Amino acid sequence: MLELVKKLCMLDGVSSFEDQVRDYIRKRVAPYADEIYEDVMGNLIVHKKGGIKPVERIMFAAHMDEVGLIIKSITDEGYLRFGTVGGIDTRVIIGKRVLIGEKHVPGVIGIKAVHLVGKEERKSVPKITDMYIDIGAKDKEDAQKVIEIGDYAIFDSDPVEFGDGFLKARAIDDRIGCAVMIRLIEQGPDIDAWYAFTVQEEVGTRGSGPAAFAVGPGIAIILEGTTAGDMPGTEPHRKVCSPGKGAVLPFMDNSAIYDRGVHSLLVKVAEDNGIMWQNKEYVSGGTDAGTVQRTLAGVKVGAISAAVRYIHSPSCVASIKDFEAIYNLASEFLKACGGIKNA
Amino acid sequence: MLDLFETIKKLAAIHSPSGSETAVAEAIADIAAPYADEITRDTLGNLIIRRKGAEGGKKIMISAHMDSIGMIVTHIDDKGFLRFSNIGGLTPAVLLNVPVKFADGTRGVISKDGKAELKDLKLHHLYIDIGAKSREEAQRYVKVSDTAVYATETYRAGDTIVSPYLDDRIACVVLLMALQSIKETKNDLYFVFSAQEELGLRGARTAAFQIEPDIGIAVDVTGTGDTPEPKSHMDCALGKGAAIKIMDGSLVCSPAMVKAFENTAKQNDIPYQFEVLEQGGTDAGAIQLTKRGAHSAAISIPTRYVHTPQEMCSEQDVKSAAALLTLFAANEISL
Repeated sequence: MLELVKKLCMLDGVSSFEDQVRDYIRKRVAPYADEIYEDVMGNLIVHKKGGIKPVERIMFAAHMDEVGLIIKSITDEGYLRFGTVGGIDTRVIIGKRVLIGEKHVPGVIGIKAVHLVGKEERKSVPKITDMYIDIGAKDKEDAQKVIEIGDYAIFDSDPVEFGDGFLKARAIDDRIGCAVMIRLIEQGPDIDAWYAFTVQEEVGTRGSGPAAFAVGPGIAIILEGTTAGDMPGTEPHRKVCSPGKGAVLPFMDNSAIYDRGVHSLLVKVAEDNGIMWQNKEYVSGGTDAGTVQRTLAGVKVGAISAAVRYIHSPSCVASIKDFEAIYNLASEFLKACGGIKNA
Repeated sequence: MLDLFETIKKLAAIHSPSGSETAVAEAIADIAAPYADEITRDTLGNLIIRRKGAEGGKKIMISAHMDSIGMIVTHIDDKGFLRFSNIGGLTPAVLLNVPVKFADGTRGVISKDGKAELKDLKLHHLYIDIGAKSREEAQRYVKVSDTAVYATETYRAGDTIVSPYLDDRIACVVLLMALQSIKETKNDLYFVFSAQEELGLRGARTAAFQIEPDIGIAVDVTGTGDTPEPKSHMDCALGKGAAIKIMDGSLVCSPAMVKAFENTAKQNDIPYQFEVLEQGGTDAGAIQLTKRGAHSAAISIPTRYVHTPQEMCSEQDVKSAAALLTLFAANEISL
């Protein structure tokens, strides 16, 4: 599981550039799939038939895309102006190394030299429009040899295991969800289910609507990374959740009030199977659940999330043992849905 | 005929914030049952009551949301105080010292932590005090994810009704009045008591997907400009009749529908006024854009102090709204 998460976190997948992630997943799960296709948006939809068919069609969903940067223009001096794709905390990106495009052209995020910054100016967070990416180009023409406008950039941040069972990587949100789904397809229970590896979640949960529309599930379980606030100085009631304390089961976020029945069943399955779980103790963020819930005549949604510190930054931090808890809960939930023998 | 005041008093007291609408749905279904041809609840929890019409009539979806705003517990601290988040639009200053209740009857009061300044008050400064001495004691009554609603009463003041959750239980009463009054209809009527409106018209959208109406009508409360130094220049006032919506943040109403409402009101001497609401939205906005679209409009009940524990509306306006809806829905419609 850990190796799979690490592998997935190494792939490029800035929203709308999910090709590497999709290709990898497709190759891996195709042998186990009864049906597998890519839709117009780029979602990868997998149907795995099983010996048991749940009464209501079950769909799992995890997004393949990640937040990143996009090149908007090149200055005469050969610096790259860029924008963000998805929500990026601009406080943490200055001085970070990035890799641009499929060729992984190296660069560093720069800003005005420190001796030119006035006293007042130092108190505020620089705007993204004041930053640039330095790729060491001689001039505009030189930069144009390796960069095109519209190229994506990712943070140069390899997975590292550290401390008491923690993993640092970029894109844990939501390669952890992708990893859980891959494992469910490869070695999960012999139960009929659909798996939607979605695109463009980070820019407004755009891929999951068409995916759910096509699949038409009765129940959808979203597998996600969610923001952890358990750092020093945070009041207890604003910590949201903590890595290492188990699978996070949100009852409400900005995208949805999760179906009360599905949420209760997830809690029960966790309790019955001794799987560590925690509440999401703050209403923040959103997932594909909101969009899926309001597709067609409505879908019952639930979510199982991983607590991730510094989410959307170059160095996301999650607990490795939580990964197992999330997989086990997803797997046991599928079993708990019951069903009838598949024809 | 149902008693308007007694019915709103009953419905407003039922614990059913967005996402937990079962209790109010059951109460409404009980009242509606004798007048319904079909009663169903869908995936999101919408209650759909159908009155079949004559062959060839229009399919009309009439929506009033049955959910209310409320609070949802996110954290219980060591001393037994409950931190919460909002379900729908809550203003922190309005919540100070407000009495609340949970589904099981547990009572409490909202207060703020001592350091928070009134002018910078945020929701995370507030907590619910249920009188517990510790986390363990609090957990005997409440768990994280439980919801609370205003525990204020429904009463009459002058010609008005004051109550929590007139938004939108008073419109549920309007739909029930229409359902009772319509003896025969040329149209195929779907009275939808929708779920999760307060979170962004969530229920009406999936209900409309299933029903595929020709016409969508929302009945909801709206603001007024009839109090001292009003913030907006809204023309609506209590007691001046049913408000025919022109537009709000969610839709521009079908001009043909607006005209049809106006004609119906004029011909039947029903007091009416027009409404232009700058912010906010109604289920009509969601219905209008579902599938290939539906002619959509709304009838509103002007209401003061919306989203506070003490909302106020005119009983006459409620009756006017019900009369307008009844006559429009029962008769042949050409747009």
